[in-house]
This record gives sequence, C-alpha cells and structure tokens, in this order.
Amino acid sequence: MTDLAAELDAARRGPRLPTFARVVERELRLFSKLWRGTLFSTFVNPILFLLAMGVGVGGIIDDRRGGVGGVTYLAFIVPGIMVASSMQAAAGDSLWGVMAGVKWMRHFHAMAATPLSPADVFAGKVAWTATRIALSSSVFFLIATVFGGISSPLGLLAIPTAVLTAATFAAALSAYAATQDTEVNFSLVFRLGVIPLFLFSGTFFPISQLPDWAEPLSRLSPLFYGVELARMFTTGQPQWGLALIDVTVLIVLLAVSWRFGTRSFTRRLAA
Amino acid sequence: MSEVPLPEVPLPEVPLSEPLIVARKLVKKFGDFAAVDGIDVEVRRGEVFGFLGPNGAGKSSTMRMIGCVSPVSGGELRILGMDPRTQGAEIRARLGSVPQEDNLDTELSVWDNLAIYGRYFGLPRDVIKERAEQLLDFVQLSDRRKDRVEPLSGGMKRRLTIARGLLNQPELLLLDEPTTGLDPQARHLLWERLYQLKLSGVTLVLTTHYMDEAEQLCDRLVIMDQGRIVAEGSPRGLIDQHATRDVVELKFATMDERENSLERLHRLSSRVEPVAERVLVYSDDGDATAAAVSESGIEPASILVRRSTLEDVFLILTGRTLDE
Repeated sequence: MTDLAAELDAARRGPRLPTFARVVERELRLFSKLWRGTLFSTFVNPILFLLAMGVGVGGIIDDRRGGVGGVTYLAFIVPGIMVASSMQAAAGDSLWGVMAGVKWMRHFHAMAATPLSPADVFAGKVAWTATRIALSSSVFFLIATVFGGISSPLGLLAIPTAVLTAATFAAALSAYAATQDTEVNFSLVFRLGVIPLFLFSGTFFPISQLPDWAEPLSRLSPLFYGVELARMFTTGQPQWGLALIDVTVLIVLLAVSWRFGTRSFTRRLAA
Repeated sequence: MSEVPLPEVPLPEVPLSEPLIVARKLVKKFGDFAAVDGIDVEVRRGEVFGFLGPNGAGKSSTMRMIGCVSPVSGGELRILGMDPRTQGAEIRARLGSVPQEDNLDTELSVWDNLAIYGRYFGLPRDVIKERAEQLLDFVQLSDRRKDRVEPLSGGMKRRLTIARGLLNQPELLLLDEPTTGLDPQARHLLWERLYQLKLSGVTLVLTTHYMDEAEQLCDRLVIMDQGRIVAEGSPRGLIDQHATRDVVELKFATMDERENSLERLHRLSSRVEPVAERVLVYSDDGDATAAAVSESGIEPASILVRRSTLEDVFLILTGRTLDE
C-alpha cells in the first residue's frame, strides 16, 4: 500500500477499534432486533430466584438462624445468583451459540471470508457475551439494591466480577463447542457441569456446609472464585488478599481458555 | 463517527497484464488424502474462469485456498500479487466470496445483512448505505430490503449473497457452485447478472458441476477430476480438442441389447462410450452416423443426434459422467 493510501485508510477508520469489535457490532444489531426473546432467561429468571430464595426461603433462615455469615440470607445469595446466572447465560450463549455460528447459521464462516480472522470471531463472540452480561448483571444489581440485597457501594464491583466470570466460562465453552460436530454433548455439559457448579459453588450456602470431603471440590469450581469475590463486595466486607487470589484464578483460566479458543476456532473456520 | 468516505475505486496494485491468481503445483491435504493434488492455474484480469468437475474433484478445496480460508498444504499460490500464508486478511479484504452453503443472517432483514457484512470489512456506514442501495438494485432485491431473509427463495438468497460479496468492491469474485439447488428460471437470472458483472470488469472465478453453466459463463476453464486438472481451455476449444462435433445418443430397452450392439457400433466410430442404458457414439457427422446405425440393423429404443458438450469432454477424458 502506498503511504497516501495508508494515511487515507487510517483517517477513514476514525477512532481505532480492534477488528473483533465488528463481530460485537453484528451481535448488537441482532440483539437490538431479538432482545425480547432473551428477556425471560437473562432478566426475569434471576429475579424470580431472588424473590423465591432470598425473600421466601430467606425469611425462614433469618428467623431461625439470624442470617448467614453475619448478613441476611438475601444479602448472602444476591452475589451468588448474580454471578451464577451470569455463568449459566454465558454457557448457553457459548455452547449453542457457537454451534449456530459454525454449523446451523454458519455466520462465523461468513465472517472468516472477510478480513476478520478466526481469532477475531472468537474474541468477538466472548466480548459480546461479556457485554450482554454487563447489561443483565447491572439490571439485576439495581433490582437487588431495591430489595436491600446490596450493603455497600463497593458492591458495584460485583458487576465486573460477574462479567469476568462469564467471560472465563464463555471462552472455555466456546473453545470446546467449536471442536464439536453436533450439539449432542451440550445438554450433558449443562447437566453434569453447569448445573452442579451453579448449586455447589457457594452460591446458595457457604461451602463449609458441605461434607468435609466435598468442600475442597467446590474450590475446583471457577464459579466459586467469582461468587466469593462478588460477595465480599456486595456485603461490604472486602478482603483484598483473597480478592487478589480470586481475580488471578479467573484471569489465568480466561487466558488459558483464550489460547484454546483461538486455536479451535482457527481449526474449525480455516481448515 | 469521524469517518471519511472511501476513495472510490482503489488503484489496482497488480499490473494489468499480471494474472490475478497464480497457482503452481498447488496441494491441499487432509491427513493423507490429497483433495487437491498439484494443480497449475492462472486467472487473468477480467475473465470468467471456471473449475468444472464432479463432486469431490477438489474444486471447493481449491476455492477455499484461493479465498484464504484454508491454508495451502504445498506448492505456490499468489492472489492479487500477495501470499495467502502471510497476507490472508489483506487478500480477503479485496475478494468477494459467495459460498456454496448460504450463510446469511436469516433472522435479519435483507438490508441488515448488507449493513453487517460491510462492517466486517470496516467500511464506514455511509459508504455501506450508498453501495447497498446500488447493489440491491443490481440484484433486483430493492423492494425486499425490509423483509426478513428466512422466507426468501433460494434464488433471492443467492442474489443477496452476491450483493453482499460485492460490498467491498472486490477485483475478484469467487463463486462456489453458484446455482446448485436453484430452479431453471432462477439460474438463468443469476447467469445474466453474473454476465453483467463480467461486463463491468469484475473477474469471476467459479466452480460448477454443471457443464451448461460452464459453457454459458466461462471464458476459460479447467476440468478437474480427483484433485488434478485433466484439461484446460475455452469451452469451445475443449470440445474441439477432445470431442467430435456431434454425438449420436442411443438408448436401449435392456442392458443385454446394449451389450449386443457395442461390437457393431465400434465398427462405426472410433469412440463409443456406454453410459448406463445409453451408448454415446462420437462422430463428426452425426446424421450420417445415425443413418449408418439404422442400416447396420441395430434397433435402439430411441436415437438422438446432438452437438458435443463439456459433459462429453469429461466423459472422454475420465470415462465417467459429471454427476457420478
């Protein structure tokens, strides 16, 4: 390219966004048309959980035990539901969403025929899931605040925590989904992976309630670190050393998944 | 957004006389299997170039390498003067691609499909808008712009995919089996549009297993079989070189009758090809050969004299038909 053409090229792009942002743009446009369909699973379900468990079950627990870990049961499970439902939404998006991209709708192949690379497609897919979770967890945060489930302004940090956790799961499960020829294994991943993690990662009760042998198992769950982190913020009890560990675990997992994802998308879209 | 409009047509960086695609001993392997087994190809600016061959001949694998969505396993490939190994994104930025399987965003509108695809190339929105208007006109979908893509007919979807592939004003448009699965009317409309594109100076490269498509559209083509090129030339040139002017097609009621006639037919022509219940007798004077067949006492159920086609070239070169 000549110097002049390169200059024109740079000027025309205006503020330089990474190329994967164009993938996010597509998802945004799709979402702006189809968001009503996702309303229930991403917004309403977590709120129903909050009402049933936090207010309903929480009433009994608070009466009999005086809350959990020094806070009301509602305050205890708000970060749990927030981060766990973010993980669940990210998992659904990544498993079936990636299969749609590579097989059912094939729009990932359309992207790969343009200047976008398979790595861009992967990055864009994960970035979009993170964006969507930022939106849904913010809405949840507002509602939880109204119900008195947030005890500190630090609680705002639970939103990036939910986003980071969701991105980690999105990267890992997208990387996996792109290696699959069909979706037959996905419901198994959900039943044997996502749902147990949802239930046993300190979401609804402290993992100290588990039998001694099971407690360390919970620490293998990436979700555990996200919930622990979010909870110290929403309850206003930050332990910065522990927070550093939680963040590190999630970021390392995200980075490893990212490498696998780039590779599996490249293998799938550019064979 | 502070985006400045694109300069209209970019100056060609490949000198006008240079071929846009050069392949030398190009190979594509999947494991031990060579889908493309050492082919040499040159595509020149402004021509319509075809890869003709049956399914599994290696046409689509070749096309995917040219489209820079599939790494080259061996040999040399240069596209628009660039190397796909290191400049894939730059090459793809200047190609148009119409894949064999539709991959439109079927839940979105015709218009949104173009808007989204243009952004994949990083085109500014006002440029996309202007080009999308023109392209929808060109593919005769202007009145469907607000419609969802899903219920459109196969021909309309394919035309939309072509419009999409032209958004970046490519020098080279790749079409993989562009009319497979379309009804005859939709095919003819598509051919006509592609011909208009050629007239406007776009270089077209297409794969097909339809000999009539190759004859209609291609200035030059290669015939592929089992990963190799078995012949190369213009449609007319290939027929002149490898086939006779006419073919006498005899259809027999039973395979036995067909078998019994073969020896006598061989006496009438140096090239006789049995295909299923038919026998093709190649001849430079079909009517005379047909008369000779009748005189020799052979009694086929039907007899037809026609001009040779690319299908015959393929049959003569490989002993098989294109749709086998």
